[in-house]
Amino acid sequence: MNHEFYQTLLITFELAAITTLFLLIIGIPLGFYLSNTKTKFKPVLETFISMPLVLPPTVLGFYLLLTFSPESTLGAWLLATFDIRLVFSFTGLVIGSIIYSLPFMVHPIQSGFENLPRSYSEASYTLGKSKLQTIFSVLLPNMKPSVLTGVVLSFAHTVGEFGVVLMLGGNIPGETKVASIAIYDEVENLNYAAANNYALILFIFSFLVLMMVYAINGRGIKANEF
Amino acid sequence: MIIKLKKELNFAEGTGMLDIDTQIEEGSFVAISGVSGSGKTSLLRLITGLEKPKEGYIQINGETWLDTNNKINLPPQKRRVGYVFQKYTLFPNMTVRQNLNYALEKHQSSNIIEELIEQMGLSNLVNEYPYKLSGGQQQRVALARALVRKPKILLLDEPLSALDEAMRSILQDYLLKIHQTYNLTTLLVSHDMGEIFKMANQVLVLSKGKIVQLGTPESIFLNNRISGKYKVSGEVLQIVPSDIVYVVKVKLGNNIVRVIASEEEVKEMRVGERVMLVSNAFKPMIIRRGNEEIH
Repeated sequence: MNHEFYQTLLITFELAAITTLFLLIIGIPLGFYLSNTKTKFKPVLETFISMPLVLPPTVLGFYLLLTFSPESTLGAWLLATFDIRLVFSFTGLVIGSIIYSLPFMVHPIQSGFENLPRSYSEASYTLGKSKLQTIFSVLLPNMKPSVLTGVVLSFAHTVGEFGVVLMLGGNIPGETKVASIAIYDEVENLNYAAANNYALILFIFSFLVLMMVYAINGRGIKANEF
Repeated sequence: MIIKLKKELNFAEGTGMLDIDTQIEEGSFVAISGVSGSGKTSLLRLITGLEKPKEGYIQINGETWLDTNNKINLPPQKRRVGYVFQKYTLFPNMTVRQNLNYALEKHQSSNIIEELIEQMGLSNLVNEYPYKLSGGQQQRVALARALVRKPKILLLDEPLSALDEAMRSILQDYLLKIHQTYNLTTLLVSHDMGEIFKMANQVLVLSKGKIVQLGTPESIFLNNRISGKYKVSGEVLQIVPSDIVYVVKVKLGNNIVRVIASEEEVKEMRVGERVMLVSNAFKPMIIRRGNEEIH
């Protein structure tokens, strides 16, 4: 196993970690908003968030590639104003991954909020506490399994993405080459042993992650029985 | 305290209008009564600000909380209300003391917490989490927590309905004590006539979103009802002819009583039918439920 092997794995998990962190920051307010709103645009918003579940990742990647490309208005503006290039770069991958894994964070958090009795938040408001304080002191601590499920699933889903990364990031070692792409790359070069190294790690990782989710939720249900 | 509120509501028989216009004397203990779906909870929620009315005006102790004509609508956080829910009131992630402390305002001294712990008899429970407490204990903590902010009005949405009789009675005593100590205007949703007589000096009866009766418990529940008779309802178990009369066995709760009835009285009576037993000064009478006028 060489330097590139570790570097690729590092980039894979780094991408997943940063994506998950941003998703947590976005997912909590978004999930709270969706669980409370009565707007008629809710179905539209929910559809947008859930699109990555059904859309072929290559479609998403393709449109992101067009949007972020320096020839597009947004891409050109970003490059000119902030000197940020989102195609074939790690930053671009993070943004693509956030969009791609959004439903995996928002859904568990939204249903976590929805499953709490309304009286928790309402009691907190009548005690003079703001929405923000209510969310962090009362609501989130009582839905830890949901938050943890969102974190774990988003992380795992980002580790496993392929289509978006391939379209948007390309295959630049040390920059945008992640494990799932590396497997494809090695197989194409008939290096089955090297491909297996990556594949086995991802397989074991996915198994452990899913088992963790089920273990957490099992415990969560027991804790709620009191 | 002036309350004027209008809001569309969903009743059992379709939509209707909650339309309240009343004044409540400060410091009084008002019971709100009415069948379910008559708008009792909505009224409380509108006072807390958790729900918005179509139009309305709420003024308490000279403070305007709501005035839709002048676009004033304070959020629940700014209205000083103490609200106790029917259930799921305490935050499960906090101990009793943490639940109480959570209600403290910035820079508010924690003396009030000690005072409430003492008054509500919670000193043995302060370090427990809510799931370890009985229903009655939980509601006692919820009541204490609602008082931490020194609210101007206390709103109680059937907080005792899930408790057994003995626990209710204890909680009622605590509520009375609190009401006397802080002279707090209190609105209690209750169906229990005994509870209303014990606690309230005013009753407000709601029906389909409107106030249909307002007065002291005596004036509302006793007038028209008092008479020399008492009535109990029961179920017919057996009708047996005996000489020229009939013996009817009636189940009253767990008791079975025998009543002598004439042929006229049992004519259309069936086993299993619900009946009223009415006793007056002379003799018990048995009446079929269908023939009885509902007061």
